[in-house]
Amino acid sequence: MIRMENVTKAFDDNHVLQGMNLEIPKGTSMVIIGGSGTGKSVALKCILGLIKPDSGMIYVDGKDATKGDRDAFLARFGMLFQGAALFDSLPVWQNVAFRLLRGSLKRPTDEAREIAIEKLRRVGLKANVADRLPAELSGGMQKRVGLARAIAAEPEIIFFDEPTTGLDPIMSGVINDLIREIVTEMGATAMTITHDMSSVRAIADNVAMLHGGVIQWTGPVGQMDASGDPYVEQFISGSAEGPIEAVR
Amino acid sequence: MNPLSLLGELGRAILTMFAAFGRVALFALDAVSHIFRPPFYPREFGIALLNIGWLSLPVVGLTAIFTGGALALQIYAGGARFNAEAVVPQIVAIGMVRELGPVLVGLMIAARVTSSIAAEIATMKVTEQIDALVTLSTHPMKYLTAPRVLAALITVPLLVAVGDIIGIAGGYTVATQNLGFNPAAYLKNTVDFLELRDIVSSLVKGAAFGVIAAIMGCYYGMSSGRGAQGVGRATKGSVEAAAVLILAANFVLTGVFFSL
Ligand SMILES: Nc1ncnc2c1ncn2[C@@H]1O[C@H](COP(=O)(O)OP(=O)(O)O)[C@@H](O)[C@H]1O
Ligand SMILES: [Mg+2]
Repeated sequence: MIRMENVTKAFDDNHVLQGMNLEIPKGTSMVIIGGSGTGKSVALKCILGLIKPDSGMIYVDGKDATKGDRDAFLARFGMLFQGAALFDSLPVWQNVAFRLLRGSLKRPTDEAREIAIEKLRRVGLKANVADRLPAELSGGMQKRVGLARAIAAEPEIIFFDEPTTGLDPIMSGVINDLIREIVTEMGATAMTITHDMSSVRAIADNVAMLHGGVIQWTGPVGQMDASGDPYVEQFISGSAEGPIEAVR
Repeated sequence: MNPLSLLGELGRAILTMFAAFGRVALFALDAVSHIFRPPFYPREFGIALLNIGWLSLPVVGLTAIFTGGALALQIYAGGARFNAEAVVPQIVAIGMVRELGPVLVGLMIAARVTSSIAAEIATMKVTEQIDALVTLSTHPMKYLTAPRVLAALITVPLLVAVGDIIGIAGGYTVATQNLGFNPAAYLKNTVDFLELRDIVSSLVKGAAFGVIAAIMGCYYGMSSGRGAQGVGRATKGSVEAAAVLILAANFVLTGVFFSL
């Protein structure tokens, strides 16, 4: 279980998170929605310890996430970055198998490569991309390689930062199904950021709307349409009229 | 502006400078400490050896040969003013081994290696690759910094040795082909004149400059700002800092080796 309590983070005078509270039960899928630039990516990075919050607490399984063995902590996580963040000096398969080629999860090279190719297949990529360099792939393909890397070591907790942005509708469907599968079959805890309402409906157990540095609304996905929250309603309808300003 | 506020500005500038020195020093200590602590990344180390050492050979060789040749011409012309043309071999040897070899190789490494390390790591930083490394349980200081610093520590002294030899060879070629020196006597004079201290100082300087070059590249890369502009600034800053520090370190090391 992940719990954020009153997390704040500012970059100079840009107050991004202003007391964010959120709870993600173990084995469930949380989707975070919210306008671009509201701090969704920053929130994920705070949980991982990549960005240090100014104040507030983050607990993973009841333990303070900033304390304890950092390697063991990170070994439980997989993360798909918004920009894929592939290592451009390494071929695709070595990106996917990065964790399996070194450190505590190290396996024989052949086995690591086989796992990488299997994970690539799961994100809809053929084996022939395995030996290409990331720079030779389209943005959407890079994103899927990033996804394959995030799930390669079968982590317990997986963060997906805009997994379907830049993908065609069919590929989006494949990825949505995959994320859902990872949660239901592998029992992983997932936290997904997306702007795509069809993804929200396909992936989420629970939805949280981040706006103004705080969680404006959170609840089960089934209650989202009848939330009665003007922010959520505006986000679902995509209207320029409403409490969320179109100029931010 | 009144004198007090000017003093305040000066004080602030000096404090900022000390803070920057402190940060670099801490980074350097951290970087060096990771060389000795596992996990180690032999593949990264191999690539660094290749990039920093082997692939720098052409530029080092060309720099040294032209410098050695020009040095021979100058010493001959200058020496002729007081009938001391015969000292060409000795002065070329001393000049190359004690000063020009290490300094020029150091500066070439700053231009070639520091810039590329800084640009590469800064790009990794702005494209979240460093964050990705961390989430994949890989320490960036171990994976990126340690192999490069160690490779520079090992290969730059060797590059300096190569530069010294090629520089002397450049002087030898000019002296024997154009200035009428006897080849055997030139070599004998060179070998007889050089002391162990000259060679040791050359290699020690090389090691120090290599470490400076690698660490400044890594430091500026890791502390890069955002976007393409951040990468540009990091690269520029790293080369400036490495070049100035190499020249300052050279002055200190020359003092240590030759004036005590
Ligand atoms: N490393 C950083 N340094 C300074 N500002 C940052 C940094 N990361 C994010 N920000 C700022 O924080 C805000 C939220 O960013 P982000 O979390 O990426 O938004 P999004 O909700 O679209 O994912 C933006 O205004 C962004 O400019
Ligand atoms: Mg984002």
